[in-house]
Amino acid sequence: MLSIKGLGVAFRTRNGEVNAVKGIDFELAKGERLGIVGESGSGKSVTSYALMRILDAGGTIKSGEAVYGGIDLRRASERDMRDIRGREISMIFQNPRAALNPIRKVGHQIEDVLRRHSRATRHNAKIKAIEALEAVKIRDAAARYESYPFELSGGMCQRVVIALALACDPKLIIADEPTTGLDITTQKAVMDLVDDLVRARGMSSILITHDLGLASQYCDRIVVMKDGLIVEAGDPVELFTNPQHAYTRKLVHATPRRRGTIRSLLPEGERPDLEPHVIGEKPLIDVINLAKTYQGKSGPVHAVRKISFTVHEGESVGLVGESGCGKSTTSSMLVRLLDSTSGSIFYRGEDIATLPAAGFAKHPLRSKIQMVFQDATDSLNPRFTARQAIADPLHRLMGMRGDAVTTRTEELAEMTGFPAHLLDRFPHQLSGGQKARVGIARALATEPDFLILDEPTAALDVSIQALVLNLLADLRVRLGISYLFVSHDLNVVRLLCDHVIVMQNGSIVESGPVATVMENPQHPYTRELLSAAPQAPEREIA
Amino acid sequence: MAVRGTSVLTRIAQAIPVLFGVIVISFVLTRALPGDPAVQFAGIMATPETIEETRAKLGLDKPLPEQFVVYLGQLFQGDLGQSVSTGRPVLTELTSRLPASLELTLSALLLSCLVAVPLGVLAATRPGSWVDQICRLLVTMGVSLPTFFTGVMLIYIFYYLLGISPSPLGRLDFIYLDPPHVTGFFLIDAALVGDWETWFGAFKQLILPAVTLALFTLAPIARMTRAAMLSALSSDYIRTARAAGLGSGRILCGYAFRNALLPVVTTLGMVFSFVLGANVLVEKVFAWPGIGSYAVEALIVSDYAAVQGFVLAMAFLFVFLNLVIDLAYSLIDPRFGTSGK
Amino acid sequence: MNKILSSASETSAAEPGMADAVIDVTQPAKSRSGGFSHLVYVLRENPVTAFAFAMFGVLIFAAVFGPSIVPYDPLETNAASVLQPPSMAHWFGTDNLGRDVFSRVVVATRLDLVISVAAVALSFVIGSFLGAIAGYRGGWTDITLNRVLDTIMAFPLFVLAMGVVAALGNSVANIIYATAIINIPFYARLVRAEVNIRRNAGFTLAAKLSGNSDARILAFHIFPNALPPMMVQVSLNLGWAILNAAGLSFIGLGVRPPTPEWGIMVAEGANFIVSGEWWMALFPGLSLMIAVLTFNLMGDGLRDIVDPRRRT
Repeated sequence: MLSIKGLGVAFRTRNGEVNAVKGIDFELAKGERLGIVGESGSGKSVTSYALMRILDAGGTIKSGEAVYGGIDLRRASERDMRDIRGREISMIFQNPRAALNPIRKVGHQIEDVLRRHSRATRHNAKIKAIEALEAVKIRDAAARYESYPFELSGGMCQRVVIALALACDPKLIIADEPTTGLDITTQKAVMDLVDDLVRARGMSSILITHDLGLASQYCDRIVVMKDGLIVEAGDPVELFTNPQHAYTRKLVHATPRRRGTIRSLLPEGERPDLEPHVIGEKPLIDVINLAKTYQGKSGPVHAVRKISFTVHEGESVGLVGESGCGKSTTSSMLVRLLDSTSGSIFYRGEDIATLPAAGFAKHPLRSKIQMVFQDATDSLNPRFTARQAIADPLHRLMGMRGDAVTTRTEELAEMTGFPAHLLDRFPHQLSGGQKARVGIARALATEPDFLILDEPTAALDVSIQALVLNLLADLRVRLGISYLFVSHDLNVVRLLCDHVIVMQNGSIVESGPVATVMENPQHPYTRELLSAAPQAPEREIA
Repeated sequence: MAVRGTSVLTRIAQAIPVLFGVIVISFVLTRALPGDPAVQFAGIMATPETIEETRAKLGLDKPLPEQFVVYLGQLFQGDLGQSVSTGRPVLTELTSRLPASLELTLSALLLSCLVAVPLGVLAATRPGSWVDQICRLLVTMGVSLPTFFTGVMLIYIFYYLLGISPSPLGRLDFIYLDPPHVTGFFLIDAALVGDWETWFGAFKQLILPAVTLALFTLAPIARMTRAAMLSALSSDYIRTARAAGLGSGRILCGYAFRNALLPVVTTLGMVFSFVLGANVLVEKVFAWPGIGSYAVEALIVSDYAAVQGFVLAMAFLFVFLNLVIDLAYSLIDPRFGTSGK
Repeated sequence: MNKILSSASETSAAEPGMADAVIDVTQPAKSRSGGFSHLVYVLRENPVTAFAFAMFGVLIFAAVFGPSIVPYDPLETNAASVLQPPSMAHWFGTDNLGRDVFSRVVVATRLDLVISVAAVALSFVIGSFLGAIAGYRGGWTDITLNRVLDTIMAFPLFVLAMGVVAALGNSVANIIYATAIINIPFYARLVRAEVNIRRNAGFTLAAKLSGNSDARILAFHIFPNALPPMMVQVSLNLGWAILNAAGLSFIGLGVRPPTPEWGIMVAEGANFIVSGEWWMALFPGLSLMIAVLTFNLMGDGLRDIVDPRRRT
């Protein structure tokens, strides 16, 4: 039903014209679910924007054709496109709350679409809108009709966006990274919902994602894009067990899954030996009955409810949970950016929870506990070069000056694989992976014993993630540091950590050695998390 | 909706300490005015004894905090003191002259909104076109022009050179009689009795000062409208609307514009502040008998009660206007008062 | 180990969906793309900014050297050549006391610039300081500051300036103070908002982890990042300050005749407009406009110079 031939899209930028899509071909049959997988810069989203003809002002379709039901979408008039959009082809986007008009009731927004495509009149629009909301399994649809987007959760907003897209019964739905920013259980719920609706209505779908595992679970066929070109296409299982193109192989390897070691994330032939890291007998960090309660508008909010766990010397502990479970609060307290309400945090026998967060910057123990942040861009001062960012703790905490600083900075850069000649660049001149390395180098500058990593690879492409995770594995062997690895991605935790803690609603619901918990989860929530993680088809070769 | 209601009340309650602060500041300011009001009130033939008597009568011999309390009491009774220059109560002077200022200010604002808002919207929807260039030029020029200068130049061009405008001597040429007082707005009052000659006379006098003031407020409103529209048009929810096939009319009017209105309404508050100040200048240039020119005259003769009354009145007016703006904002934005922003 | 882990083969991870710039990872960065070369770059990229800077140069020149190089003494009256239209002898004509308008306009540059720069500098320093503390601390400091700012801003600003100058007396210093006072809220609000946004940003927390005290973080990490938007505000303010001072002089507050100042000159000229002597009011008015325009146009350029993200 959709046939793309030689599609090329270019953008006018400050530095001239950039080709985002350089000539791709693919076809989509009726009722088929297609996945377009690629990392950032691959042109996957641009392709769908071009199809719908909603490219930004600077973008044009330079070549090729996109034939849908006999019409070339490239040459159709804007008027015809407006009829096609929403009624024949629909699209859902990432960041659902931002995708809805913030000052208009949700129900009214659906009505607008219905009436635009003459699927409802003024009189029955409300009823049909409520029906559309019910179709996406929103409870209490009549009440939700009157809500504004800011009153709904992220998952609910995404359901509304889906309802909007499906309101006029289109034949094709394009989903552009619809799970970004959602919790893993919500992700599963949303993807299952879309899948059910697509199948029930006999629709075709195109899923655009960077997650090969997700695509393989929900698509009949996958197309892999890199740098504006399609490098491989095929059946998901085929792609996973027998990838032909080098890039596909790289992606397949880098997708975290159940089997394998941390090294198996890297492409074949680029896997040096990894010595096992040593876990000491003595506990490094002992958390006992740690709790944090906030005063909320409607009563106290128990962000963390008396949790206890231990991290031994050299051990890597994974902390897993969804948003609101208290893992960020816990890590903030551990790294002493936040004061606890009660409980103790023993660092080598000394209770650091008694030391107020406000003055901890000056405490001698500051250098021993450090953190790597989730968003590398946000965690680097835009006015500091990479060198200045890494050197800051050397100046402040180690009292180093002059040449000593330069030497140590370059040593750290080398240790984290950051090219020395980029040290004098500003963050906006660095790539995501490079920024992540700067963040790690900075955290290691003061030779800490304990490093808290707050979803350090969440914002990275999967192939870069593979590199960074391996870097972390190498560093812990070399430096003997302990990690607290906070993540929502269970597969990554499985590969990197020795021990795992699962949190829900401020409490630890399960904890234990990583193999035990992953193979044999006891708590229902752990089981739910495990089953919600996208399953890649198992490969024979690790 | 309940949230919005209580937020509105909170906003009103928040205005009260501000009003109090305003009263304190204006009291302090005008007590510091040079010139001894006792001397002025006592008159030319006063002896030192009568001056002292006058001083006691005016309560100026008491300590400042006590004077302030007395002052507060007078305020609550609506007594703003006597105007030295005219001999009438300040409150009467202000209320009789307020309509003139309001008519000028409001017509200027209306005029500039009628031009600036569509201009800003058009400039945002057609970036790079000649409309956009004109808008940007107007904005840059507009914020650079001194109001009093534009007024003077407009008089030169339209009165002296072209002879179209009447002589800039106030609201109504002496050949006309003031229309019967209903609102104090000549245009409305004349229309109410159907006196179209007077209406036209008042209109001719109003045009030039209103345009001068309008030119001043045009720039910030146009700039903000354009910026807000651009921002709204490039947002995610517009992309969703386009992807759902909503036509450009619906998208523009319904979605983008209403969202763009929010920062524009907020800007209006700032614009009001400027316009009430610029009012003073325009009234001086065109000899418009409003409270602005009254204040200027009062300053020159150190009529402190009048100046104090003027500053207070303006501040109160401004606080009231800001409240109205906040109320308007709360009507447009359902997130008002929540942390949903 | 370094071979696999080096990032030499990475491409940039920009926003998904739209075109990426592939960052050239093989070229070493220019050693601290020096301040001056960045300045030159900004000026070259944006001709309007370059023009504004050039105009600014002219204004500075007139302010500094004006009084020494004007053809006539700005205060010298000459009963014989009263109200002369512009001519070769008097480029801008003469006023009602026979003084040369051109000389007066040029000499007035110094006074007006001094007033605006001093007032803006004062309000910048005080406003930023207050705003930074309030934005960082939050709580009662913040609430108190907000109330005070609200009270100041409750007055239409020009009216407040009128009140302050009237109360303190007619002098240049008082105009500067009055203008400074009414401008403080703009800086305080702006800095407060910028600091607030960054108070819990990743790099602020990272700075705490690196051992920076709160004061250091505010001064060296957060505040410099607030500078770019403040630059735009500074340039707008410089324009307003001049207009404000001129407006006050126009209604008789502030600078007294016979001191040459653009506002007074327009006021004096306004009396003669109705009889057709346009040059007395036009030239000072145009100078006002040019000065304010220059400052407004400089705003974006200043911001680009100060913002490291504009460096490529």
